[in-house]
Amino acid sequence: MAMAIRVFLLLLIFLSSAIVSFSLYEDQVGLMDWHQRYIGKVKHAVFHTQKTGRKRVIVSTEENVVASLDLRLGEIFWRHVLGTKDAIDGVDIALGKYVITLSSEGTTLRAWNLPDGQMVWETSLHSAQHSKSLLSVPTNLKVDKDYPIIVFGGGYLHAVSAIDGEVLWKKDFTEEGFEIQRVLQPPGSSIIYVLGFLNSSEAVVYQIDSKSGEVVAQKSMVFPGGFSGEISSVSNDKVVVLDSTRSILVTIGFLDGDISFQKTQISDIVEDSGKAEILSPLLSNMLAVKVNKRTIFVRVGGEGKLEVVDSLSDEIAMSDSLPVADDQEAFASVHHEGSKIHLMVKLVNDLDTVLLRESIQMDQHRGRVHKVFINNYIRTDRTNGFRALIVMEDHSLLLLQQGAIVWSREEGLASVTDVTTVELPVAKDGVSVAKVEHTLLEWLKGHMLKLKGSLLLASPEEVVAIQELRLKSSGKNKLTRDHNGFRKLILALTRAGKLFALHTGDGRIVWSMLLNSPSKSEACERPNGINLYQWQVPHHHAMDKNPSVLVVGRCGSDSSAPGVLSFVDVYTGKELSSSDIGHSVVQVMPLPFTDSTEQRLHLIADTDGHVHLYPKTSEALSIFQREFQNVYWYTVGADDGIIRGHAMKSSCSGETADEYCFSTRELWTVVFPSESEKIISTLTRKPNEVVHTQAKVNTDQDLLYKYVSKNLLFVATVSPKGAGEIGSVTPEESSLVVYLIDTITGRILHRLSHQGCQGPVHAVFSENWVVYHYFNLRAHKYEVTVVEIYDQSRAENKNVWKLILGKHNLTAPITSYSRPEVLTKSQSYFFAQSVKTIAVTSTTKGITSKQLLIGTIGDQILALDKRFVDPRRTLNPSQAEKEEGIIPLTDSLPIIPQSYVTHSLKVEGLRGIVAAPTKLESTTHVFAYGVDLFYTRLAPSKTYDSLTDDFSYALLLITIVALVAAIYITWVLSEKKELSEKWR
Amino acid sequence: MAKLTLLLFLFTCFIFSSSFAFQSDELLVDDDEFGLEGGAKPHSTELYTSSSSSSPQQQQQTPTIRKRYSDPTDLDSKVQFTLQHAFGDSDFSPAGTFSARLKSWSHGGKTLTKLRFSRNDFSAEEKDAFKNLLKGDEFYRIRLPSNVISPPGKEFVIASVRARCLPRDGLDEHFIIHMEGANILAVSYGSPGACQYPRQFKLPAKWAFNSHTILKSSEQAPRTPIFTEEKIIGGENVEGEVEPPPERSFWAKYWMYLIPLGLVVMNAVTQVSNMAEEPTGGQAGGSQVQQSARRR
Repeated sequence: MAMAIRVFLLLLIFLSSAIVSFSLYEDQVGLMDWHQRYIGKVKHAVFHTQKTGRKRVIVSTEENVVASLDLRLGEIFWRHVLGTKDAIDGVDIALGKYVITLSSEGTTLRAWNLPDGQMVWETSLHSAQHSKSLLSVPTNLKVDKDYPIIVFGGGYLHAVSAIDGEVLWKKDFTEEGFEIQRVLQPPGSSIIYVLGFLNSSEAVVYQIDSKSGEVVAQKSMVFPGGFSGEISSVSNDKVVVLDSTRSILVTIGFLDGDISFQKTQISDIVEDSGKAEILSPLLSNMLAVKVNKRTIFVRVGGEGKLEVVDSLSDEIAMSDSLPVADDQEAFASVHHEGSKIHLMVKLVNDLDTVLLRESIQMDQHRGRVHKVFINNYIRTDRTNGFRALIVMEDHSLLLLQQGAIVWSREEGLASVTDVTTVELPVAKDGVSVAKVEHTLLEWLKGHMLKLKGSLLLASPEEVVAIQELRLKSSGKNKLTRDHNGFRKLILALTRAGKLFALHTGDGRIVWSMLLNSPSKSEACERPNGINLYQWQVPHHHAMDKNPSVLVVGRCGSDSSAPGVLSFVDVYTGKELSSSDIGHSVVQVMPLPFTDSTEQRLHLIADTDGHVHLYPKTSEALSIFQREFQNVYWYTVGADDGIIRGHAMKSSCSGETADEYCFSTRELWTVVFPSESEKIISTLTRKPNEVVHTQAKVNTDQDLLYKYVSKNLLFVATVSPKGAGEIGSVTPEESSLVVYLIDTITGRILHRLSHQGCQGPVHAVFSENWVVYHYFNLRAHKYEVTVVEIYDQSRAENKNVWKLILGKHNLTAPITSYSRPEVLTKSQSYFFAQSVKTIAVTSTTKGITSKQLLIGTIGDQILALDKRFVDPRRTLNPSQAEKEEGIIPLTDSLPIIPQSYVTHSLKVEGLRGIVAAPTKLESTTHVFAYGVDLFYTRLAPSKTYDSLTDDFSYALLLITIVALVAAIYITWVLSEKKELSEKWR
Repeated sequence: MAKLTLLLFLFTCFIFSSSFAFQSDELLVDDDEFGLEGGAKPHSTELYTSSSSSSPQQQQQTPTIRKRYSDPTDLDSKVQFTLQHAFGDSDFSPAGTFSARLKSWSHGGKTLTKLRFSRNDFSAEEKDAFKNLLKGDEFYRIRLPSNVISPPGKEFVIASVRARCLPRDGLDEHFIIHMEGANILAVSYGSPGACQYPRQFKLPAKWAFNSHTILKSSEQAPRTPIFTEEKIIGGENVEGEVEPPPERSFWAKYWMYLIPLGLVVMNAVTQVSNMAEEPTGGQAGGSQVQQSARRR
């Protein structure tokens, strides 16, 4: 017996030494989170391949990213995400070692070190007006001579030293009506030619000494017809311009400062004339013009004479020309043919000489080629080889070389606009999924390794093996549903109109699909995706029916443009059907009803104030007719400051109307006075949010009922003066008012004004509370305010006897027409950080306590317990309150560095955070998107309902075995002892 | 303490306002019936309820401002605005008049006080229209101008209610008018209490309105009390760590060791006592047997 106790004690000590921890350790990074880095749709690309070292390409993108990519693998060497207002106008390489970027309409010039991306210098340039900006970096390779970088922007021409960014001189061109078109710098010359148009009708050429900035000569000449502004420079002393009627090409020569015009009617050189358009690629002594959808190559002769050399009917994408050997210039063109794309590199002087002709099989879901950039290299057999970087319609970036796609980057994911999550298919017998299970021996081996690791006995190699084992562990990447609901698909709709399905396990793209316009009409070649809705989520037919999502798109950017609906199968990524709906889409409202095939009913409001019911089936119509009286909706007019509530009235009248169209009537309005309030933010609860308990027990055993109406709208308004940037007004001029409005009756349930405060307001609405973030001008700090709303009409139901005898009104239907008796509690806290977005965790049953997910200005996500923003916090909480978990009141919210869920990573350009429940109550999926994507799983109250991944089953087994053995041994020992005693 | 400060505050406000009112004696004379009314803060919530049973009154169709006094320096002015109603989708028609006093503040703000409401009785046609609404469970809609000085202002503020919510004994209605200066933001309209669902068809016993009106302006956000220097330091301590766990008792700390230890001790004690008892007990028994044997 004593032996048994000793063994037990030993085991106890042994077990207690195995530390159980819930926070994230270094070796847990990447276990359930992933991070993907993107750059966005490429605008400019500059190759850097001269040196023998790493071959790279410098790109600038529409997401305001400047990045250096590895040409071999497509990986990012370095990248910088500039601010949202800091759009990049031009990028180039200077002195062979600096990347020069011009941004913010030509007012900020920066140099980055080419190998590592460190900023070398930054210069703010003086700007007086909005104008287009031009960046001209001398191509001179002589390093000893410092040719300045010539920048035009904001009405000033600057010469900036490439070495240190010092402004050498600046020249004022802010003259009224003057617009600079081109800055040309003939190589080896110290004269800069500046060509501009005065009032679009007079061409002016300045010759400026590049050393001093003095105007050496100035010539001007009036062109009677006027210019359209489209221009293409064909050589160092010639440009070609379209006139204002778009039917005459004008060659402007300014050799030695003399201006000469040469007019050519387009109808003279092409038979079918029409409105012409100069295409952007720069080709030497040639230009590409688009007339009547045909691309025409026009050569510019020595005397400015134009002649057509080629004419193509296909839609093609072209690159700029680049010099190849023997003073020849070549350019690339790409056109589509079926599922293939054809890349051709031709000499500019002789279009019949094709240097390279390649056909590449291309995924249909990448759309057309938008941009081509080429680069040449010397092949092993000393001939010219070409590699082409192409940008596709879905924003993806591909490198083509030797007839193959060397690498591709899905840059569409840098511009995600809407996200939803869907379940994976249920595992069926016979469906082969990636085999991840090991044999028992391997399983045991793995656990022995883990055990060693947790007992700190493992050697460094074994530690590495353990880490590897964890990262690829336990079938987290399977394409089937799991018990805990950790595996899901994240559907992301991008700005390019492409739908991606990402796996939560490792973030890989399961499928992707480019939206198509059903009509293929010219006006709507490719619809823009707006929003994503769950269309059909089968529960009863989960085994044989696939869920589908509804993608609402629009033809064109205008809100009155006709909409397009597309239904996509979630498991296969195939488009089930798509339709032109023939009316505009202002608002899409999922209704809480489904038909017999579990398709959700949706209402779509158009600009005429009609609503349309989808799906257009008689069954849906009958379901809708039943609830016709109880359907309300509202519109927020942010421009006129009026919120309107509507109810259904009758079927539409008019010849185009069908039976699924309904007219509405106005029920209520909230009119904000335009001189004092302007709507800046509106927010509702998520429709699918689950509230577990409707009551909240106070410390004094009192009961408060949460006001959990789904028809609450949070509105924030500021005084119109304060709608600008923070600090642009004095505290007296600005105030912020927040409202909680019932969207059925238009009642204002809560109204609170913050004097001396200013937007932007970021808010989150969940259960019965709203948390919003704004700037306090008086305190010069950001503030977070919480508002909790409680229902007083049910406050009488506290008596147990009432509940038992059924004399309560808890089961009575709640109607918005009853006069609401609500109680609101509110409290404000300072918050040290500026915020980009706020979200809240959500779990299956809503039992787990909630965390606010705050996207900070540093592009990280901070998880803040809701307890910190409790309005009931007091300075000195009583013992009972402390027991309940009320934190003593502080005037600011804590930022605990360990609670960053993104740990050391940054989600560059963070725009949104989405939380979705897993099947396990304690855990929630968190997906953040911006330029980067980030996913992790969070457990706001720790994983109380499951063992952690780290749990060592081997240790448990060994313990059991050891205990059994100990019991057996002690039993034998005691038997022996007994026997010997009996023999005594 | 709080009461005291409130009293002090009100008092100072009173002094303050009366010093303003000093310019015009008449203002004070007019204010006599409400005493401290003028001392209310312009931006605090002003609740003012007036209940009036409807009485047919001579109507003023177009709302206008009527200056009661010819004195141009007077800061207060009477204002009237009409309530209009509509049955279902019909056009709006006048239904009653609100009259109130417009108070101008030195900082340029304007507030409404002393709201009064006179409701028109339903005419015979209106009664029929309302009955139809009750039958069809339709909407009874009302509207107010969004600006009381220059009606209708930007647009009318509309509110509506299912007609079946109104009838009880009479017709009970409840207005909450949300004001921002002289602008009406929104009006909440409905029955003063609950509205049962499903709504039953029920005609009112008497066709007279029983109206309640409340005027609401915005409320200032509560502010965290300004912390003194020490408290901020104290607060920062709390910030870093959530809270230092309170010192636990010896038993709470070491129970997991103490219980097995106790078990071991108990076991050992029983074993020792067993061992000690066994031989003595045996001897005792033996000697007794011997003794009894001797006796025999």
